[in-house]
Amino acid sequence: MKDLLLQKLREQFPSAVEVVSEFRDELTLIIRKADILPVCSFLQSNSDLSFDSIRDLCGADYHRPDDRFEVIYNIYSLKNNFRLRLKVRIDEKDLHVASVSGIWQGANWLERESYDMYGILFDGHPDLRRIYLPEEFEYYPLRKDFPLMGIPGSLPLPRK
Amino acid sequence: MDQDPKLRILHALESQDTTVTFDDPLENEMILNMGPQHPATHGVLRLLIRLDGETIVSLVPDLGYLHRGYEKLAENMTFHEFIPHTDRLDYLSPLANNVAYVLAVEKLAGIEAPPRAQYIRVICCELARLTSHLVWLGTMAMDVGAVTVLLWGFREREKIQDIWDVLTGVRFTTSYTRIGGLAQDITPEAITALNDFLDRFPASLDECEKVLNKNRIFIDRCEGVGFLSKEDTINFGITGPILRAAGVDHDLRRDAPYLVYDKLEFNVPVYYDCDTLARFYVRMAEMRESVSILRQALQKLPSGPTNAANPKRVLPQKEKVYGKMEELIHDFMLVNFGINPPIGEVYHAIEASKGELGFYIVSHGEGYPWRLKIRSPSFSNLQALPAMLKGRMISDVVAVIGGLDPVMGEADK
Repeated sequence: MKDLLLQKLREQFPSAVEVVSEFRDELTLIIRKADILPVCSFLQSNSDLSFDSIRDLCGADYHRPDDRFEVIYNIYSLKNNFRLRLKVRIDEKDLHVASVSGIWQGANWLERESYDMYGILFDGHPDLRRIYLPEEFEYYPLRKDFPLMGIPGSLPLPRK
Repeated sequence: MDQDPKLRILHALESQDTTVTFDDPLENEMILNMGPQHPATHGVLRLLIRLDGETIVSLVPDLGYLHRGYEKLAENMTFHEFIPHTDRLDYLSPLANNVAYVLAVEKLAGIEAPPRAQYIRVICCELARLTSHLVWLGTMAMDVGAVTVLLWGFREREKIQDIWDVLTGVRFTTSYTRIGGLAQDITPEAITALNDFLDRFPASLDECEKVLNKNRIFIDRCEGVGFLSKEDTINFGITGPILRAAGVDHDLRRDAPYLVYDKLEFNVPVYYDCDTLARFYVRMAEMRESVSILRQALQKLPSGPTNAANPKRVLPQKEKVYGKMEELIHDFMLVNFGINPPIGEVYHAIEASKGELGFYIVSHGEGYPWRLKIRSPSFSNLQALPAMLKGRMISDVVAVIGGLDPVMGEADK
């Protein structure tokens, strides 16, 4: 399955896969940011691969000068019983990445969560609002520069 | 104030102003604010429902009332310190959360717990599934009008919590697992209590099924309600009993075996109707399978240690810490500096009672996780609520939420 997947991806998108890594039997591919939407669409619709459900999507802050953020997709193929992790690197200066909620409806809330926690903007998302925190909250709490104790006064209290 | 009547209703709801009047109330669509404090939303789920008469025009769930920022907290504490926090995710099955978390950390650190610990962990997971499903059974039956089953379900759950009391020392927030093993071994008293329970439990389950399976009201309230097609169920990333009630034969215990599930025999119940009634049948059948798995696990329970022999990563026994130098040093290092797993990232998921419960951990080789993401099944399952309810009746809302069985502690993290 691993070889078939990589071969198909390289055939279809010769330059999309930037890094292939494996740790504890888990395959991770770093995909070029511009290619994430066509790659996901291909993985979902190809009948041999058929990654038909998205199990998880999350952001991560690596706190480095270039490509500070990552978005991590955890997709699953029921047909092949195979799990794949895709990653996209995102620079702090350009927080936009294409939304995959049109491919997997399940990505909708997961992308809202990443937006809520890291401020990553998913282009083409139907309803990009914060999911946990109130809309007027100005910060992104899971970024590494947000203090653990929070910022006093940042959460408005309800009116009496 | 806006002139649009719908917006005026919304503002009236938000400002708690009850004096708002309308010229012709029957002409308007109504916005109903259900929750966050509502007995049928199973916690603090809030739904904004736009109604046309009794028909749901649209529905927007509003989450975050129980958001405690566990992912942020996890980045600021050692791997061991996070175990008690996992109790508070899906608070109806804390033991399964403990197991899921330590399995992810063990995968990252490359530790394997000894066989006895693995069998005990299977017992933990299945007991957690039973308690969780019993609460689901009781509350869902109550939501559609059968209060008796609630009392029976909670009566059985109480017995399991008594077993947890003997097994782990506490009834509810168990924190029972440790990285590389368990907090303590299973005692003969716990085994006896568990055997006693397993002998009596199937009869109680029969009793509940007798009340519900041929109950006209129950079937009418559930059959065809909350329909979501097989393709949509997969596309939404829904897992667990809801996926199996949509005709997808998928169970991580069998498809990606962890612990010792590959050495135990069990069936994966699958139903094809994609509605609340099918979800009911799946969960009832799963409880019977759990009983069978528990019996096998107790039968095959090997003897031996419950903690892996890896002193640099696994906490020593408390009695030895007080009396032996080596253990004291290890305890000090592990508690203060953590287990320092290798640099890398892992995702490990188990089939919890609600679906796939996974932990994605990024390690930079320190005692703290750099990033910890909780993949909670309730969150992904709840997402399909608007799709299941659009165009249905208002009275179906409680039945569908009951069939989804979300736990907000897990969905809100």
